[in-house]
Amino acid sequence: MGPIRNLLAKIGAINTLYREPRIEMSGAVRLSLLVLRVYLVALVALMIYKFVQIVTQG
Amino acid sequence: MNYFAKLYYPLRKAWKAVGLYLVIAGPGMVVMVADNDAGGITTYAATGAKYGYHLIWFLLLLIPVAYYVQEMTVRLGAVTKRGHAEAIFDGFGAFWGWFSLLDLLIVDWLTLVTEFVGMTAAFAIFGVPAWITVIGVILLMAVIVLNGRYWTFEKLALLFCALNLVYIPGAFMVHPNVRDVLHQGLIPNFAGGFNGQLFFFLMANIGTTIAPWMLFFQQSAVVDKGMLEKDIPWGRFDTLLGSIITVVVAIFIVIVTGTVLPGIDIDSAAQAAHELMKTDRYVGTFLAIGLFDAGLLGAICISLASSWAFGEIFGWAHSLNTKIRQAPWFYATYFAMLITSGLVVLIPKAPLVLITLFVQVIAVTLLPAALVFLILLLNDRATMGERRNTRAQNLIGGFIVVSIIILSTLYGISVLFPNLFN
Repeated sequence: MGPIRNLLAKIGAINTLYREPRIEMSGAVRLSLLVLRVYLVALVALMIYKFVQIVTQG
Repeated sequence: MNYFAKLYYPLRKAWKAVGLYLVIAGPGMVVMVADNDAGGITTYAATGAKYGYHLIWFLLLLIPVAYYVQEMTVRLGAVTKRGHAEAIFDGFGAFWGWFSLLDLLIVDWLTLVTEFVGMTAAFAIFGVPAWITVIGVILLMAVIVLNGRYWTFEKLALLFCALNLVYIPGAFMVHPNVRDVLHQGLIPNFAGGFNGQLFFFLMANIGTTIAPWMLFFQQSAVVDKGMLEKDIPWGRFDTLLGSIITVVVAIFIVIVTGTVLPGIDIDSAAQAAHELMKTDRYVGTFLAIGLFDAGLLGAICISLASSWAFGEIFGWAHSLNTKIRQAPWFYATYFAMLITSGLVVLIPKAPLVLITLFVQVIAVTLLPAALVFLILLLNDRATMGERRNTRAQNLIGGFIVVSIIILSTLYGISVLFPNLFN
């Protein structure tokens, strides 16, 4: 369990270190990140749709 | 005699400049030539076979595309002294950081499998069994990175870059009609009209020009090399020269297959090499050697991109200037990626075609994010200071990035739904 616990502790430390984005959150940055989220959600939805299509059609 | 005396000093000066460049040359040249990896060679070979010389003008357009994107990583790396993964964590927080890191891991691993597919297929032409190729490649890559010096790695990688030029004599050996190449290739045209299939080929060529791992690799290499802000002009020149060479090599591949295999559907570069062997044994051999070299260069850079990224985030020692004892996790990540991806190729009936297609789809999830982060970081005054993007750079870079995102997304979707654009 030691290595796994160490890894989880390390990940926790990384999350703490990078908790706050350091880049200045201007309107353009916020909009870009929002569009990126929407884009990725749409892409993942397409992949899931394709996966379901493959599974159901055998 | 007087004429030669006058010529001596300019020639000596030029030779010194070349010598100086060869000392400084590195990340830009390596990443650009490695961009012509096994998948890239297949795309260019298929493009030439399908459309002859008609899309050469389009390949020339990819020089500024590759240059402008990769130039930004040079500046970001030289100014921040951070790799791309660390820059994303720091700039945008843990959520986007983990997303990028894990996505990079998946894309890199899958791409590595395709590089091994290319290398084993290339050597299979000479009757070398896949398992010998895989073991040989892993040993060779161990020799390249385990010498404990970034400089040595870089110069060895440049040697393999030089081998990538094998396609140029190959193209001359098939005796293409130069007038046809210039006439059909340099005047923008869409052979057979603009249709779904042509669009697919255009997207594939763009998709092979900029890959997510390239951003991560070049920025980390700039940092590992110790480039400073004053070195940025050299980094730019290196990147520009690399982008020109990568496109020139691509054009010569198109000329080879466009001359010898017109109208043939090519599914892989190994198939193209097989077909070429029937016509000209030497040209086929050149294509096979080039394919192996392309896969090897790609594999070296892709493995390093992941190892650097993980080292940056987990705080491990992550430099090629360290020995294996000093940076065990860095080298463990490197070899874990290599060995596991190499083993996949040896599994009987492994779904290698599916993996090749999957790479293109997964890359579409990472590339836009990495490009958007790149542009945003390059505009952050606190991060970049005077080296941040100018308005002109934003206009050109922004246009290129948006175009790449749209076209690579359409490419990814067309891979998922092949009949969409027909």
